[in-house]
Amino acid sequence: MDKETKKILFEPLVDNNPITLQVLGVCSALAVTSQMSTSLIMALALTSVTACSSAAISAVRQHTPGSIRIIVQMIIIASLVIVVDQLLRAFAFDISKKLSVFVGLIITNCIVMGRAEAYAMKNPPLQSFIDGVGNGLGYSLILVLVAFFRETLGSGKLLGFDVLPLVKDGGWYVPNGMMLLPPSAFFIIGIIIWAFRTWKPKQVEHNEFKIMAISHGEGGHH
Amino acid sequence: MLNAEKKTSTFNEQLCKYYAQFKVYCERILALSNDSLEKTINVALALCLVCAVLVSLAFVVLRPLQIHNKALDMKKNILDVAGLLDESTNIDQAFKDRIESKIVDLKTGDYVDNIDADEYDQRKAAKDPAQNEAIPADKDIASIRFKAKYTKIYLVKNGDQLQSIILPINGYGLWSTMYGFLALEPDAQTVQSINLYDQAETPGLGGEVVNPNWRALWKGKKVYGDKGEVALTLVKGSVDESRPDAVNKVDGLAGATLTSRGVSNLIQYWMGTEGFATFLNKLRTNG
Repeated sequence: MDKETKKILFEPLVDNNPITLQVLGVCSALAVTSQMSTSLIMALALTSVTACSSAAISAVRQHTPGSIRIIVQMIIIASLVIVVDQLLRAFAFDISKKLSVFVGLIITNCIVMGRAEAYAMKNPPLQSFIDGVGNGLGYSLILVLVAFFRETLGSGKLLGFDVLPLVKDGGWYVPNGMMLLPPSAFFIIGIIIWAFRTWKPKQVEHNEFKIMAISHGEGGHH
Repeated sequence: MLNAEKKTSTFNEQLCKYYAQFKVYCERILALSNDSLEKTINVALALCLVCAVLVSLAFVVLRPLQIHNKALDMKKNILDVAGLLDESTNIDQAFKDRIESKIVDLKTGDYVDNIDADEYDQRKAAKDPAQNEAIPADKDIASIRFKAKYTKIYLVKNGDQLQSIILPINGYGLWSTMYGFLALEPDAQTVQSINLYDQAETPGLGGEVVNPNWRALWKGKKVYGDKGEVALTLVKGSVDESRPDAVNKVDGLAGATLTSRGVSNLIQYWMGTEGFATFLNKLRTNG
């Protein structure tokens, strides 16, 4: 793998993460992360849709009229999402029962559209595909992290296995019910963003306006 | 013979000619400026065609698998509530051997024989204006608004011996209509198990209706009280075992008052005279 490909693939993991830096795709990160299994399938679904749609959009980019550009992107993305949903219903029925609503929502997931518009419209198909995989992985990383905390702290389990023995089953852990509700994902994503930016201070955004210090002694009304 | 050969060759020639024309047309369109109206329309049409074929293909090819999955899932839910499901079970075989589907008219409590029970889909029927009936608002305790005119129940047999009666139930919880099955002993009074297989209550709170520990609490509870009224309900917190009516009470779900109320309501509705009471009375007297 040459250096450029590596950069496209791995940069979105930490340095240019779609959730923590670009702050895209947060909606589904709130919705599906109460369990690890649903998060993993969602991550897989989104990664494959982003990669394939980026490649397809990039392949037709030179013949896409500017006036219907967004519609072209939407049609390609929507078709792929329907195909993924049908595949899940055929081969992973139990999971598709829980995820079907969210898989439909991949169509409006900002990461897919964002990558199509920002990258695939300007770059060749293979690079666009790798960029899609990279951004999908960046999204997956955050989803898995959030789901890890929410499932262990919220229900004392991980992927259905008992991790923290619950009080009601004779253990010591009192589950935190808030972890199972969507707002907890906000807190965890917030903490992750804070951790990332402490680790990589370059990601900190600068204030567009600085609050001016009021100088005393001049023009006072005392 | 010769004639037929001639025909196919002219047909092939024709096809080649069309293909060549199509190629020329495509090349002309692709060479146009991206901003021209003609290209915009052509690109849009071509894209829609390709995507439509892709989506239809996925739908048609995967359809049989999906239908099979759905049917298998329903059988699994029924075997589960009958207590016949473990990992080694062959679902189709077990269902065929042990379970008999029957259609019941809830008003008279009699079996209906002119409907094929294997083909009848009650959940679909409840939504179909030709096959459902509206429930008057004052009787609609379970908040489901419509129910199917005919109800599909399942009898679990062990040889000729009736082992359990499986009744479909549904009702509104906090966020969603919960669908499930209630399995009763042949006395049509004692609960064997409950399985609310389709619900979208809060995971970890109301969603705990699927928790095996909570479901186990239902075993041995009695549906009807001394006067024949529906007595089975959920209580807040834990059941006080010393009380005489403890046999009619099940622990409510912690942190899910509204889901618990929904479960109580759907039991109240489906076990009452609007639901299975008439049918169960007949079953009890006829043995």
